[in-house]
Amino acid sequence: MTSEVPELYQQLILEHNRNPRNFRMLEGGRRAEGHNPLCGDHLTVCVRIDHGVVTDASFLGSGCAIAKASASLMTDRVKGLDVAAARALAARFDRLVTAPAGSPVEDLGTLTAFAGVRLFPVRAKCALLAWRTLAAAIDARDDMVSTE
Amino acid sequence: MNAMWQEKAQIRRDFPLLGERCHGKPLVYLDNAATTQKPRAVIDRLSRFYAEENANVQRGVYALSERATALYERARVTVQRFVNAELPREIVFVRGTTEAINLVAAAWGRTRLNAGDEIVVSELEHHSNIVPWQIVCAEKGASLRVIPIDDAGDLRLDEYERVLTARTRLVSIVHVSNALGTVNPVKEIVRRAHARGIPVLVDGAQAVAHMPVDVQDLGCDFYAFSGHKVFGPTGTGVLYGRASLLEPLPPYQAGGGMIRSVTFDRTLYAEVPARFEAGTPDIGGAVTLACAIDYLNTVGLDEVASHERELLDYATSALCRIPGLRIIGEAREKAAILSFVVEGVHPHDIGTLLDREGVAVRAGHHCCQPLMTRLGLAATVRASLSLYNTRDDIDALATAVGHAREVFA
Repeated sequence: MTSEVPELYQQLILEHNRNPRNFRMLEGGRRAEGHNPLCGDHLTVCVRIDHGVVTDASFLGSGCAIAKASASLMTDRVKGLDVAAARALAARFDRLVTAPAGSPVEDLGTLTAFAGVRLFPVRAKCALLAWRTLAAAIDARDDMVSTE
Repeated sequence: MNAMWQEKAQIRRDFPLLGERCHGKPLVYLDNAATTQKPRAVIDRLSRFYAEENANVQRGVYALSERATALYERARVTVQRFVNAELPREIVFVRGTTEAINLVAAAWGRTRLNAGDEIVVSELEHHSNIVPWQIVCAEKGASLRVIPIDDAGDLRLDEYERVLTARTRLVSIVHVSNALGTVNPVKEIVRRAHARGIPVLVDGAQAVAHMPVDVQDLGCDFYAFSGHKVFGPTGTGVLYGRASLLEPLPPYQAGGGMIRSVTFDRTLYAEVPARFEAGTPDIGGAVTLACAIDYLNTVGLDEVASHERELLDYATSALCRIPGLRIIGEAREKAAILSFVVEGVHPHDIGTLLDREGVAVRAGHHCCQPLMTRLGLAATVRASLSLYNTRDDIDALATAVGHAREVFA
């Protein structure tokens, strides 16, 4: 097993893949769908926003470990953030996983577990699917999101 | 490895890319259904064409052009013999299987289909044998009918009888499933269609590199395949069309090379196959494809088939020993394609982990979304074998899948 593999499949990611948090439908909130047809990954992200603050977030669907763990950690993390802060975090997460290998890693708390994705550029789309779908849910956009 | 193959162990050495390393590991190439690697002879042939023989065809009055034309037409004869077509003019050079099917959908479909007509395909089809028909059906008010499969991945021939109706105009069917490896009983499919006067197109993309194909014996009316899946260059491919069906068809694309005479009032089209080869064709590609076929013939397709059958059995046993692994597709007759899923590990994660071990496989829906829906799966891992694969490759695959399971344990 090469040394990059444990970088990608961090214990935290494997654990969230096995036991995803907030893996449920959220009644009464906004929702959006994300689909990477080439992979077959398919996520529905639900979000409840009260007075500009994300009060609850959840997801359903199927996908690889990176896509599922990303959705799980994301839904945990955005709860309590105002919409602007959630968008800013999405942008920082995007930079975290798409930065060139070897460039400085910003500390994003638990989300930093995804820094290893940058060593596997073809997998960035897996990590980003949940976040892009969240953005669509916040904007209440109806179009299907894809990161392929 | 069987004894005969042992003697031919230098086969691997014919393919320079198989000596490459990937992530510091020896490359184990098991994505042959996507594309095959090329033997040195093929790589050199393309280079030699451009270094010594390049000229346009059917036009020049000079020796170089005459020679290029002769090489191009000789390549057509090589292909004709390869699939045992009756006549060289039944061989049309195209960009690949996809273009071959699009050609028939456009030239045949637009002129032969009417509202209410039906095209029959199967649940096993690649998108390239579904979408061209959907487009022409939408244009003509025709519709698609689908032969279902059983849970093993075999066509339901009893259902085939029911799907054929008085409105069926064409059966378009895959020879070997790229996702499951199912070898369809094409001869029987053709017999039943012809009994009702219905022509049959066969998508042979996954067949020609793995078993002898005889279009006259199969009885099919069209047969399509890609050059790059049979050790030739990308961007080359073949449509075989029975002369009596091909000859009445209008052009597919228009331009140079496909006309007999042009005035602003009236244009007369060239005879087949030139009518379907508008513009300068991929001359170097066709010549090199013929070289790939020569290479394959030297190895011998019967021997390839027997080697791959033996390797498929070995691989099936090796994979079945891995706990939690389920092989998808257990048709009665299978080509050397192994689709599988592993409990608790997504196919893409397996693909990434295998890649880091130097093992190249495909993970996804294999351009067969309707089939994946039928199987209730979003994706599978697919290992597809070729003549140069060995038991060592299979052992490396099984070991790497075992490691992938450990990561997710």
